[in-house]
Amino acid sequence: MIRYVLRRLLQLIPVFFGTTFLIYVLVWAVPGDPFSGKCGQAACPPAYIAQMTEKFNLADNVFVQYFKYLGSLFTGDWGETFNGTSVGELIGTSYPITLRLAVVAVVIEAVIGLTAGVLTGLRGKGFLDNLVLVSTTFLISLPVFVTAIVLQLALGSNGLGLIEASVSDNPGIGELIVPGIALGSLSMAYVARLSRTSIAENRRADYVRTAIAKGQPNSRVVGVHLLRNSVIPVLTFLGTDLGALMGGAIVTEGVFNINGLGGLIFRGIQNRESATVVGVVVLLVLVYLLMSLIVDLLYAVLDPRIRYD
Amino acid sequence: MRRSRRLWGPTVVMTSLALVLAACGGGSGSSAGAGGADPDGTVSVYGTEPQNSLVPTNTNELGGTKAVQPMFATLVGFKGADAQPFNLMADSITTTDSKVYDIKIKQGWKFHDGTEVKAHNFIDAWNYGAYAPNGQLNTDFYANIQGYKDVHPADENAKPTTDKMSGLVAKGDYEFQVTLDAPFSVFSIKIGYTAFAPLPDSFFKDPKGYEQHPIGNGPLKFVSRTPNQDIKLTRNDDYPGADKVNFKNLDIKIYASQETAYQDLLSGRLDFMEALPPSAVAGGKYKADLGDRLVTGHLLGISTIAVPYYVPGYNNLELRKAISMAIDRAQITKTVMNDTYVPADGYISQGIPGARPGVCQFCKFDPAGAKEAFAKSGFKGKLTIASNADGGRKEPLVAACNSIKNTLGVECDFVPATDFGQWRSIVTGKKLTGMGRSDWSADYPSIEDFLNPIYKTGGSSNDSDYSNPQVDAVLAQADGTADKDAAVKLYQQAEDLIAKDLPSIPVWDEKGVAAKSKNLKSAALDFRRMPDYQSIEVLKK
Repeated sequence: MIRYVLRRLLQLIPVFFGTTFLIYVLVWAVPGDPFSGKCGQAACPPAYIAQMTEKFNLADNVFVQYFKYLGSLFTGDWGETFNGTSVGELIGTSYPITLRLAVVAVVIEAVIGLTAGVLTGLRGKGFLDNLVLVSTTFLISLPVFVTAIVLQLALGSNGLGLIEASVSDNPGIGELIVPGIALGSLSMAYVARLSRTSIAENRRADYVRTAIAKGQPNSRVVGVHLLRNSVIPVLTFLGTDLGALMGGAIVTEGVFNINGLGGLIFRGIQNRESATVVGVVVLLVLVYLLMSLIVDLLYAVLDPRIRYD
Repeated sequence: MRRSRRLWGPTVVMTSLALVLAACGGGSGSSAGAGGADPDGTVSVYGTEPQNSLVPTNTNELGGTKAVQPMFATLVGFKGADAQPFNLMADSITTTDSKVYDIKIKQGWKFHDGTEVKAHNFIDAWNYGAYAPNGQLNTDFYANIQGYKDVHPADENAKPTTDKMSGLVAKGDYEFQVTLDAPFSVFSIKIGYTAFAPLPDSFFKDPKGYEQHPIGNGPLKFVSRTPNQDIKLTRNDDYPGADKVNFKNLDIKIYASQETAYQDLLSGRLDFMEALPPSAVAGGKYKADLGDRLVTGHLLGISTIAVPYYVPGYNNLELRKAISMAIDRAQITKTVMNDTYVPADGYISQGIPGARPGVCQFCKFDPAGAKEAFAKSGFKGKLTIASNADGGRKEPLVAACNSIKNTLGVECDFVPATDFGQWRSIVTGKKLTGMGRSDWSADYPSIEDFLNPIYKTGGSSNDSDYSNPQVDAVLAQADGTADKDAAVKLYQQAEDLIAKDLPSIPVWDEKGVAAKSKNLKSAALDFRRMPDYQSIEVLKK
């Protein structure tokens, strides 16, 4: 097990360099002059451009730029935006909010999705099954920004007046429920579908029959024997879903004006703040890599048949 | 498990959850007070993240200006709807030849850190802004002060020989003299622009530290700033100027989306927005949404369609006339722009002293005349209008294109660019392949600011690549005329000459449509598309 973990951790290193390099090149090597729209109708003064070019190493070729960036990254410096704000500071103030939002979304999708999946999986065809099928198809077909804007309009002051259109500067869990629903709705539908299929399949498995034959109570058969095995594909999904959540968070946080990591990328892209975009995406890559490692390790806990040595 | 199954449809759960928990977010519906103004109220205005540090010499876009402008008092202020200049920090500005200006400043004015504002604070700030290695965005504004070339050589790689402009001389604690390279009659208005604000001594000791906590001399002082979230200012109670504010705290709330901000404004969570999102303008929805909370102003700006001389086939006066007469401005401003703009018929925004109606005689919709001119032009091929397509820029230009197409029977297409940045790099790189949107908003309220930057040979925003020696000569003569009225007459002459050449086609003039919330008793929009802070009054809760 320890050897496996070590091997996985070592694998992270080339993946980290590869992904960050790609991100850096994709963001900074976008064709077009980064200063073209900065100064309104007139072109920017050359002195300003010269200063910025030096500050962001834009005169170097992109490989040199990347290594200079990595160098400062390892000393804990995430760089600065064009207006002189430290990217590290920006990330520091915004990650707790995104974390809160992500937890809300994951809880919503896990609780509702799993419940719906387990119930329909156990009972098979019927009204409930059809209802879940139709509603999940509906949710899957909606892009996140549509869900978010529809929820905002329907529940906001123009509609039912239940929520404010924007979320306050340091939102509590209550304020994040609606954005959480918007963010988690897509995955919630997938979780429902996944767990339904997996439960329906395992319901007829030998070990379930054995458990029933042993006279175990129904709740124990479902809760311990059936669910524990059926939840593995769902868990894989939930783990890697964190990355997708971050993607959705870019839109959701933009719509609800939440000052989290997604909102940072949203504004970064809007204002062409390359330094912010690279910084946050690099962080997300790290989170994503760690999450998939944790999910892999959880397999062994859930299914004793899986061994890593 | 069977008993409760009916409750467990995921949609049921989702909606009930949403209903129950979302109720926590509610709580709007604060009642309007008896109608009295609260001098200690808080005002929140819509904001965007400043593109640069909050230093006057380095701020020129709306997001940053909204915070910087009220923090500083410049020599000259602009009052009211027509932006009349008046002496704010200046006691007197005198000149005999429009070349040497003698400026006396008022005594006893203080920066927010308690130090007194003296003449050297202006001189130091302007020198700092002009000095090339500081790389300040507003550096061009100091270009006509004598000695600018020594601190900011035209050649990018040359080293400046000094960091002080010879044209700035202190004559005492409260008096200084500015000498320009050439006479420039509008200088006494130009110095009202925020870039000419004074900077305290503490700035020069530690510019980086200053950026964290800017210190100005204006009606509002800096409290705190959280990037991407808000900028908070509070009233400077010791402020002696005429443009005091009637509220206590200003909260510039930064939004990622205009749509969300607009909804917050409707629910009373945000107090002022200086522009409306395209979705609210569409179909005139804003009129019903806002009712008496609609704030209209007059922006000093003008929208034109540049017809670049370097594009093959376009260097043709008859074609310019035909295009101009083929655009039905009145109809487009009414139906497509929903009365947020008015038709333009000159090169100068309608609120500026010296602007006259009907300068552009080909700016009236005249289908017969347009067809005749088009036949004379002999133009073959397709017309195009290019612009960035975001922010509601596309629709009016598509309408203009259709108007041209219907009148002249020639193909006309709208060519989109992805964003403003890409759009400007096409224009400044002289890579237009047809007509292009060319909008201008004034930095300071003067007829000069609508002509020199756009129509002078090599002007900083001369999108059409227009060059007429006669126009250049009249503009230079106007710049050098000390008498203000005589100067305006000369600028008008230049405008008449430009109107004959039609290097760009004036189309519309933005009214400026803003909105206030139910928490405000009054609010106005100023000529820069900024909240007119002085006019804002908060209702008593």
